[in-house]
Amino acid sequence: MAEMTFAQAINDALHVALATDQDVITYGLGTGDPKEIFGTTKGLREKFGDDRVFDMPTSENAMTGIGIGAALYGLRPVLSHQRLDFALLSLDQIINNAAKWHFMFGGQRSVPITIRMIIGRGWGQGPTHSQNLQAIFAHVPGLKVVMPSSAADAKGLLLSAIFDPNPVIFLEHRWLHNLKGDVPPGDYRLPLGKCNVMAEGGDATIVASSLMTVEARHALSYLSSYGIFCDLIDLRTVSPIDWNTIRRSVSKTGRLLVVDSGTATGSIAGEIIARVSQDCWSELRAAPVRLAMPDFPEATSPALTEHYHVRAEHIAASIAKLTGHQIDCEELASQRVNPHDVPGAWFTGPF
Amino acid sequence: MESDLLFLMKRIRFVEQEIARRYGENEMRCPTHLSIGQEAVATGVGQALGRCDMAVSGHRAHAHYLGKGGDLNAMIAELYGKASGCSRGKGGSMHLIDEAAGFMGSTAIVGGTIPIGVGLALGMKTKKTDQIACIFLGDAAVETGVFYESVNFAALKKLPVLFICENNLYSVYTPIAARQPAGRRIHEMVSGLGIPASCHDGNDAQATYDVVSEAAKTIRRGDGPRFIEFMTYRWLEHCGPSFDNDIGYRTEEEFLEWKARDPVQMLESKLRQAGTIDGAWVDEMNNRIKEEVEAAFRAGRLAPFPAANEAYTDLFLEA
Repeated sequence: MAEMTFAQAINDALHVALATDQDVITYGLGTGDPKEIFGTTKGLREKFGDDRVFDMPTSENAMTGIGIGAALYGLRPVLSHQRLDFALLSLDQIINNAAKWHFMFGGQRSVPITIRMIIGRGWGQGPTHSQNLQAIFAHVPGLKVVMPSSAADAKGLLLSAIFDPNPVIFLEHRWLHNLKGDVPPGDYRLPLGKCNVMAEGGDATIVASSLMTVEARHALSYLSSYGIFCDLIDLRTVSPIDWNTIRRSVSKTGRLLVVDSGTATGSIAGEIIARVSQDCWSELRAAPVRLAMPDFPEATSPALTEHYHVRAEHIAASIAKLTGHQIDCEELASQRVNPHDVPGAWFTGPF
Repeated sequence: MESDLLFLMKRIRFVEQEIARRYGENEMRCPTHLSIGQEAVATGVGQALGRCDMAVSGHRAHAHYLGKGGDLNAMIAELYGKASGCSRGKGGSMHLIDEAAGFMGSTAIVGGTIPIGVGLALGMKTKKTDQIACIFLGDAAVETGVFYESVNFAALKKLPVLFICENNLYSVYTPIAARQPAGRRIHEMVSGLGIPASCHDGNDAQATYDVVSEAAKTIRRGDGPRFIEFMTYRWLEHCGPSFDNDIGYRTEEEFLEWKARDPVQMLESKLRQAGTIDGAWVDEMNNRIKEEVEAAFRAGRLAPFPAANEAYTDLFLEA
C-alpha cells in the first residue's frame, strides 16, 4: 500500500496497464503536454513512446471512432477528455458504434475502449464545463459507466475498465483528484458492476457515487454523533448497477436516500428509486428520497452557485427527516473552512 | 483477370436484381439500399485489395461486402432476418460483416465508419503489418464533420488508409448542387487537406482495378493514405427495389445517359470484341451465378429465425 492522490492513482493505473499489455494505447487532448491532464498522464509518453501515448487533434468524434476501430483491430485504447462536456462531440461514435458493435453484428467482436471524462465543478466552470451527464451514458445499453469515489477505487476500477472487453465510460470528478488514500500496488482490479458497502447501520440506506460519496461520508460521521447509523453504498459503477446489494440493504433498513451529482430529472437516483419502489415496496417504511442538482445548468458566478450543489449538511438533514430525528445541521455546515466553490485549499483554479 | 471482374460484377448485379424482384414478397423486412449501376467500384477495389486487407462501408454496402469476398449466403440470410445471417439477424442489410473476408462492418449512419477505418489503420501501423484499411464512402459523407477529422488524423499519422469515394451525385433525393458549392471537386478539396487524391470513371471496372492497385502499392510502401473519387450512378431509388426517376428529383434522360454506360455491359462488350470471352462463356457464367444466387435465396428463406430471446443477448462480451 502506498498513500497517493486520486490523480496519482489514475496515473499509476495507466502505467500498470501500459506495462502489462502491449496493446494498450492512450491519447487525448493534453496527454503528453506539460500539464499532463492534471498529472494523470505523467511520465507515460517518456516511458512508453509516442506510438502508444500521444496528444491528438481537436477532433473528439473522429478520435473516438478511431479508438473504436483500433479496438476492433485488437488494441485497448484509453481516450481522455479534460472535461466530460467536450466528449459530447463524440456521442455519435459512442452511442451508434461503441455501444452497438458487439450487439448489432451478432456478438462477433466487442469494443474494448475506455473513455475517461473529467467532470468539473466550481471556480466558475459554468454551464459547459461542469456537467454530470452519467445518466445519459447509463441510459444507453452496451456501455458500462464507472464513477469512482476514492484513490484506491480509481486505480482498481480503471484497470478493470481498460481490460474489460467492452466500452467503458470512466467518469472522474475533478474535485476528487487531490483526495488521498492508500492504494494497493501493481495490477489491482475491482470488479465492474459491484458496489461497495462503505458503512453499515440499520437506520437508513444511502446510495451515492463519486464526489457525493465523499459528502455522504461527512454526513455519516456527523449523524453518528446523534446515534444515527446508515448503510452507505458507493455505487462504483452506475451502469450496470449492483441491484442485489441495494435491495438487500433497503430490505434491512426500510428507508432509502439516493444522492446524485447530476440534475434530478431522468437521473441515476430516479432510476434507483423507481427500481427499489417496484422491488421492495412492502419493505419500505418511508417514501424514498432523492437529493440531486436542480434542473438548471450550473451558473458561473460564485454568487449563483452557493446553494446549487448537494452537500453533507443536506444529506444529514434528509436522513434526519427520513428517520424522524431532530438535528442541527448548521454545525456541520460550519465545519467547512474553504469557500463553497473550491474542493479545498489545494485548488486555486483555473480548472 | 478482366473476365473475373465481369463475373463478379454480374454476380453483384444478379444478387441485387433478385433482392429487388423478391422485395415485394415482404419477407426481407429491413431497409435495403441496392447498388445496381455501381458494381464496378466495389469489384475493382475488392479485387485490387488482398484478403488480409480490411474494409468498412455504409448503408449501401451489398456490393462492397460481396466485392471484398463476403459470404453470399450469410448476407442473404441476414436480409431475411435469420439466425444464419452474417449478423445473426441483429443487423440486416445495413449492418453487414464478414471478418474472415476482411469486411469489418458496415453501418447506417453516413460517415460513421470513416473513423472506424482510420482506427483499423492505426492498429495496423501500431502493429507494423503491411495491411490496408479501405473506407467506402459516398459524396454525402464528405459533408460530415467526422470526415474532415478522420482525413486530418490519417494524414497526420501517415496511416495505411485507402479512401474510396463513390460520387453518385445524390444523397437520398438531394442533388450534390444543393449540398456542396458550385465548382468544388471533392478529390481536389481532399488533396488540399494533405492526402494525394484523384478522380476516375467509376463505371470502368478495369480502370478502377488498375488505379486502386497502384494506390495500394504506395500505401503498402508506407507513403500514407490515398483518396480516390469515382464518378458513378445509382440506378434504383435511394432505398428500396424500384425505379424513381418519375418523382421529380432527377430526370429520366440523366438516368438513361448513365444506363448507356452500364458498367457490366461495357466490360462485357469490350471483352467480347477483344475475343476474350464469347457468348458461350457469358451463358455459362450467367447460369452459374443464377444457380448460386437462387440457392442462397432458397437457403435464406428456409433458414430458421433466431429464437425470440436472442434479442436479449450479445450486449456485452463476458470478461
